[in-house]
Amino acid sequence: MADWSDPRLKMLALQRFGLGLKPGQGGAIADVRERLLGEIRSDGAAQPRVSFSGAAPIGRALYAFEDGERAAREAKRVATQQGGGRQAMGQGVQVAAASPMPGQPQGPMAKQPAPEPPFPAKVYREEAVARVQGALEAETGFAERLVQFWSNHFCVSVAKGNFVRAMAGAFEREAIRPNIFGRFEDLLIAVESHPAMLNFLDNQLSIGPDSRAGKRRGRGLNENLAREIMELHTLGVSGGYTQADVTSLARIITGWTVVGRDARLGFPGSFAFNPGLHDPGGQRLLGKVYRQEGKEMGMAALADLARHPSTASFIARKLARHFVADDPPQALAAELARSFRETGGDLAALSRTLVTSELAATAPATKLRTPQEFLVASFRALGRKPDFGQVAGPLGVMGQPLWQPSGPDGYPDTNAAWATPEGIKTRIDVAAQLGRQAAGAVADPRALVEEVLGPLASAQTRQAVARAESKPQALALLLMSPEFQRR
Amino acid sequence: MAADDDDCERMTPSRRAVLGAASALFAWSYMPKFAHAAAGSRDSRFLLVVLRGALDGLSAVPPLGDPGYADLREGIALAKDGPEAALPLDGFFYLHPAMPNLARLYAGGQAAIVHASATGYRERSHFDGQDVLESGQGGPGKTESGWLNRLIASLPAGEAVSRHGALGVGVVPPLVVRGAAPVLGWAPPRMARAGADLVQRLGDLYGERDPALALVLKRAIETELIASRQGAEQPRGGGGPDSAEGMKRIAEGAARLVGAEDGPRIAALAFEGWDTHANEGGAKGRLATLLGGLDGALATFENGLKPVWKDTVVMVVTEFGRTARVNGTVGTDHGTGTVAFLVGGAVRGKRMIVDWPGLKPEQLHEQRDLKPTTDIRAVAKGVVADLFGLSGPVLAEKVFPGTGGLAPMQGLVV
Repeated sequence: MADWSDPRLKMLALQRFGLGLKPGQGGAIADVRERLLGEIRSDGAAQPRVSFSGAAPIGRALYAFEDGERAAREAKRVATQQGGGRQAMGQGVQVAAASPMPGQPQGPMAKQPAPEPPFPAKVYREEAVARVQGALEAETGFAERLVQFWSNHFCVSVAKGNFVRAMAGAFEREAIRPNIFGRFEDLLIAVESHPAMLNFLDNQLSIGPDSRAGKRRGRGLNENLAREIMELHTLGVSGGYTQADVTSLARIITGWTVVGRDARLGFPGSFAFNPGLHDPGGQRLLGKVYRQEGKEMGMAALADLARHPSTASFIARKLARHFVADDPPQALAAELARSFRETGGDLAALSRTLVTSELAATAPATKLRTPQEFLVASFRALGRKPDFGQVAGPLGVMGQPLWQPSGPDGYPDTNAAWATPEGIKTRIDVAAQLGRQAAGAVADPRALVEEVLGPLASAQTRQAVARAESKPQALALLLMSPEFQRR
Repeated sequence: MAADDDDCERMTPSRRAVLGAASALFAWSYMPKFAHAAAGSRDSRFLLVVLRGALDGLSAVPPLGDPGYADLREGIALAKDGPEAALPLDGFFYLHPAMPNLARLYAGGQAAIVHASATGYRERSHFDGQDVLESGQGGPGKTESGWLNRLIASLPAGEAVSRHGALGVGVVPPLVVRGAAPVLGWAPPRMARAGADLVQRLGDLYGERDPALALVLKRAIETELIASRQGAEQPRGGGGPDSAEGMKRIAEGAARLVGAEDGPRIAALAFEGWDTHANEGGAKGRLATLLGGLDGALATFENGLKPVWKDTVVMVVTEFGRTARVNGTVGTDHGTGTVAFLVGGAVRGKRMIVDWPGLKPEQLHEQRDLKPTTDIRAVAKGVVADLFGLSGPVLAEKVFPGTGGLAPMQGLVV
């Protein structure tokens, strides 16, 4: 039995399920479990404070931005043809210099004083800072860790282009945060119908071959989203589906799209079901025939996928792997899968099962914090309030920039990926920089070891910090100590 | 990683072949090559480039001689002539116009192209596909180690290859080099490096408290030593592995390390962004930009590895191909057969290695993908057998387990 009076176990739970202690939080150790459980709220995770509301207004502003860019380019073209060309230059070059798209050459005027970032980058920056700020304010950070987990499970990537760059934060705020303690089915539907996801995995381009538009334009299916729904979001790659199922689901969700600038189907930038793109007739998916009309067919298919036993096992194992161990105890994965199945995918119950599981609490701390966890825990320990550059710089070099995994499977979640020579070396560089930045604000690094690691700190780590040649070095040693790195 | 194994018993390559082979006859057939290697003539270099996201082989190396090609590829098809003509290879196959360096290397006998190839994996998940490609296993789910790592582990200590280990490029190195054998890590630097004293102190702390972290840090320090001896600091910043600029920087760094006298002989790196579901483009566009980046990286290897280029093979592979037919969004979905490139002074080049299956509907795999007729593992086995003198049984049991029935392809290396 886990001895819950053991301060080491309590501290480990805070690191395993949360984001690390802030100075002055030592008292939180007294009732760790209650504090973790207290972050499970029916309205989901706390919302970051941003000046934009949701995907739809962002989408409309993005369309306006793109229209403005186009007009500026056109004005420049006309001006150049007329031999002038000077007046209109500014705006056109700004696009090339600040575009997030890879491989774009820097314009000849890129060295001019940095102009205001273009709209998508501006939104992305504000969302990124707000997300980190929320994680710094959180008490234990358990709900924020779950947001990170689900956001990575259902990832989008801003490398896709301006649309996702502007929408990634809204996607997390609208689809993920309100649903992390609700039903998995609702989370799934919120995610798959969000404009960011429909753009990221191309579904807004997919057209039913037998739909009105398909017959008229001779274009057709894009099966990208349908495949990843089953492979990555629900059943898992060995969850028992075939290529025919992928094609069927792709047909089922034809018409799930994003309202264009013409506002024909609703508010520009919001989700819409477009019957003109939807493949008519019934579809067979995983042996079951779906005959619902329009959007309802997709809703029914997603609901069934959410309740599928393969989904329960897939999610359970992934959750255990994230929080507990690369190769988690089989019994823990089974315990979580049972909770998922028996509650019909109640994520509050699942989160409660995780935090109160004996197996999850007592497993040794083997997992390396991800770069995002490491950076947030460091900011919390050092009492920093970072700006965008202080967030984006370190996360970029450590290989985990916000909302930018290299593929739809999200960032890796094992030590094999993060505990690498280059990965550790880069973390040391980051820790050295953080130590230099924070040295003036920390009175005594030795006291900070007690505040943030307490009973977990080894004699060797205490000694290394005490004997450091400088305060910045002492802080870097604390941040890179095995007890701070592993959870 | 031991810096020097001179006091270890050093097996001669020919003796190793005798011990390693299951049958004496098989060993005998390999003897001449080993005898040749034992004379110390070749200190081989092997670089594996993984293109993540599934390269569209029918666009990279279009079979313009196939009558079915143009219809399948409406909207992205390449042409034999015109201002953006594809580059001729053998009259039937052409090369994408964004790859002039590869065309030049091909014409100069330093590049061969394998077409209609695939691993043994026949599903269409990127992630499983990459795992199979890199683990060298028959199926997904076995990701403890990669085949290049096991290759090194299979060589006797003391060989230049095993002495210097493999290089995994990237903050997260590719699975293909991960495993028990030492792996060096390197990524294009993007932030000021921490002081050596801090690194030393952490090395000491890890030594006492965390052996796993101690080991990875030791390897990082070793790599940095080699890199610093090879020349000036690189500029910091720049694009990622899905941009032409990023590919070039990665190739420069890898070439600098692999070209060093005491550097790793084997390297694995990954370029990203090949998952062209929508608006793939033809002679210009999204895929063309990526292929241009790859082409630039190949020229960078050639230039950066000049002194050892004659002993070098760069192998470019991807997890699977894309649908033969263009999809509903002027892109291509996940498919099966695709291309692989072999480039380098040690390649017996200027040839297409292909058993062309055709593009008629009934000739396609499941009526949708280019049918794979060449197993890429046979190609990989053939290359590393010739470069590093590995025996068939070791290749079939350790490096690519369960491939006893799949003979290493002969004659790929000069």
